[in-house]
Amino acid sequence: MGEIHVMREGFLPPKQPPRRHLISVGDLEREDVDRLLATAQSFSRSLEREVKKLPTLRGRTVVNVFYESSTRTSSSFELAAKRLSADTMSIKAAGSSVDKGESLKDTALTLGAYDPDVIVIRHPQIGAPQLVERYTDAHVVNAGDGKHQHPTQALLDLYAIQDELGRIEGVHVAIVGDVLHSRVARSNVQALALMGAKVTLVGPPPLIPRGIEALGCEVSHDIGSIADADVVYVLRMQRERMAEGANYVPSLREYTARWGVTPERIRPGQKVMHPGPMNRGVEIDPRVADADDTLIEAQVRAGLVVRMAVLYDLLTTGPVPVEAPEPLEVA
Amino acid sequence: MLYVKAGGAPDDLVVRGARVLDPAWGLDELCDVRVDKGVIAALGTDVDANGHRVVDGAGLVLAPAFVDPHVHLRVPGGEDEETIASGTAAAAAGGYCAILAMPNTDPVVDSASVLGSLIEDAKAQAEIPVGFLAAITRGQDGAELTEMVELAEQGAAGFTDDGRPVVAPGLMRRALQYHGITGRRLALHCEEPTLSKGGQMHEGAVSAELGFTGYPSVAESVMVERDLSLAAYEDAPLHLLHLSARESVEALRAARQKGVAATAEVTPHHLCLTDEAVRSLDSNLKMNPPLRSADDRAALVEGLLDGTIGSIATDHAPHARHEKEVPFEAAPFGVTGLETSFAVLNTHLVEAGVVPLETLLERMSAGPARAYGLDEPRIEVGAPANLVLLDTERAWRVEEDGFRSRSVNSWLLGQTLKGQVRLTIAAGRVAFSG
Repeated sequence: MGEIHVMREGFLPPKQPPRRHLISVGDLEREDVDRLLATAQSFSRSLEREVKKLPTLRGRTVVNVFYESSTRTSSSFELAAKRLSADTMSIKAAGSSVDKGESLKDTALTLGAYDPDVIVIRHPQIGAPQLVERYTDAHVVNAGDGKHQHPTQALLDLYAIQDELGRIEGVHVAIVGDVLHSRVARSNVQALALMGAKVTLVGPPPLIPRGIEALGCEVSHDIGSIADADVVYVLRMQRERMAEGANYVPSLREYTARWGVTPERIRPGQKVMHPGPMNRGVEIDPRVADADDTLIEAQVRAGLVVRMAVLYDLLTTGPVPVEAPEPLEVA
Repeated sequence: MLYVKAGGAPDDLVVRGARVLDPAWGLDELCDVRVDKGVIAALGTDVDANGHRVVDGAGLVLAPAFVDPHVHLRVPGGEDEETIASGTAAAAAGGYCAILAMPNTDPVVDSASVLGSLIEDAKAQAEIPVGFLAAITRGQDGAELTEMVELAEQGAAGFTDDGRPVVAPGLMRRALQYHGITGRRLALHCEEPTLSKGGQMHEGAVSAELGFTGYPSVAESVMVERDLSLAAYEDAPLHLLHLSARESVEALRAARQKGVAATAEVTPHHLCLTDEAVRSLDSNLKMNPPLRSADDRAALVEGLLDGTIGSIATDHAPHARHEKEVPFEAAPFGVTGLETSFAVLNTHLVEAGVVPLETLLERMSAGPARAYGLDEPRIEVGAPANLVLLDTERAWRVEEDGFRSRSVNSWLLGQTLKGQVRLTIAAGRVAFSG
């Protein structure tokens, strides 16, 4: 036969108490991150093969529930599950019973009745994943809850940085823009601090949350502060949050003039990242976005393998092979 | 101003051998208390039982029963969450002999007819005396004053737009000027709405980490300062509801020192918890004002100790189960508290050595009564029997099915507390015995 691959048993020694869920970066220890990144790396090598599908999670079910629009996250979770041979089901709020006013609790109970192994949820409200956790037996992965957390984004960003710079510890990352409304910023500050990177948040004062320094970062309101950074991480200016009269900034025009990431503000060798979707010409100059040496595409690629690693880590009892698993042929 | 279920004779009984505490006049004796027809008739050792039922008070504390100046009974309009019957039964179980109900109902208590029907209901259902506050502004819309004189004549115990601030300073001034002729207290919910807009929890390191829109302490204190300034200018008294921030306590202390007749209350949850608790994302930790920093909590305790804050109020806010079984951000503000207030404060303040038992008892009884001009529950011969018998040593676990309230949105579910109410006598009648 030859097309069926199984992971060798030897790669799956028992690991200590498996993490049931991935809801916040704050739940992770450094060794968890190391393990997840190593697993992702081994998956990235497996994806170089002609047959990209691994049988690892065959018979498992992964349900993606997205209450907010998403391209990258929803597609990469779905593809990650498929690459690992899990059955997947994707539910979008629009067109589901959510439109009929069904509560999150009832949706969770309904989906839980199918006994899925993993529920991946994105929701506009903080605390939604915890609610799903309470009402189902599935492993819950937070794919973004309001302004709170987006842990797989932080993990894929760590992966991209490590892949490019060979390390995370000691790397200086400047995160620029609307930190206040950004779950990506929160997750990344925590994850980078956990891994020993230095983080500087840069943006207009009303968009930097009061008290954020407690997470282990510095704050600057001067775009010049990005000069020292190894990585410039540009946040999306969330136009939908910039309702008229909110006055976080007087205008997008002034924001761009003052804090936009332009070629003039970047020095050679600095790596630019952006979680997407980008507002070209607002927070990021198109010339920066299209430059060859940004990590923006690498982030998207990392999204797939990191999400494979997360699903694998939650659903297998073994820690992750540090070396790429060799597929075995089954007669 | 207070109304209770009609019918039923006042009770006769004797409580023997309890530690009888009335902080108002320094009473602290192991003795007997006899109640004849609902009135305290004898106080002393070996009091003649007169054939009354005898309650063994050995090892227990007998104190003036509690007064809760801030309860949401949810009627009219929210009968699925609480009723006068269930709310007053819950209060009795919590050791209360009187409670005041807030007017932010549906419809709002802003007319003599709505108030009149509530009073009729109370006369039919209330297990303990209950008073009703009426709104300051019609529909609590912050635009036009209610007919305060008529409402007071109908029986309003005071005026408040609780749940909402009186936003316009000009209207606030008019309310301070006008309400004085009613002889009733004006009670203010201090919140500057453009500063608290969208706020889910205290603004600080925890909100920054969790991503919640912050509700900064200055949103409260800026209004406290405004209202104290207006009260000073108009030489009018006022009562500040549910203080949460250090700056508010400090502004109140300074104003009182200058002679402003301002009183204030604080809730058990603000005295026991900080914003760190919100990390659990438990929707039963969502309330307005929000839980604040450790420093704010310390200032509230200081204010309680030095009398700047004279009252403890539960702000008992029942919510339907399905309303709270949602993500934190979608949940309504408010938690219940009538049935756990003494136990939680005894556990976290008295047992912890932070507040003396006598101070706690005073702030739960005479303090709030004074703030609203109600008769203070007293333990002295000739006073109506408003008594609570407390076991300060007994530990118990807070369980959903233990509540008399129709709602279970308690932040204490599953916790073990030390201190239990054994008997409540309200207006001369045994209202609870457990």
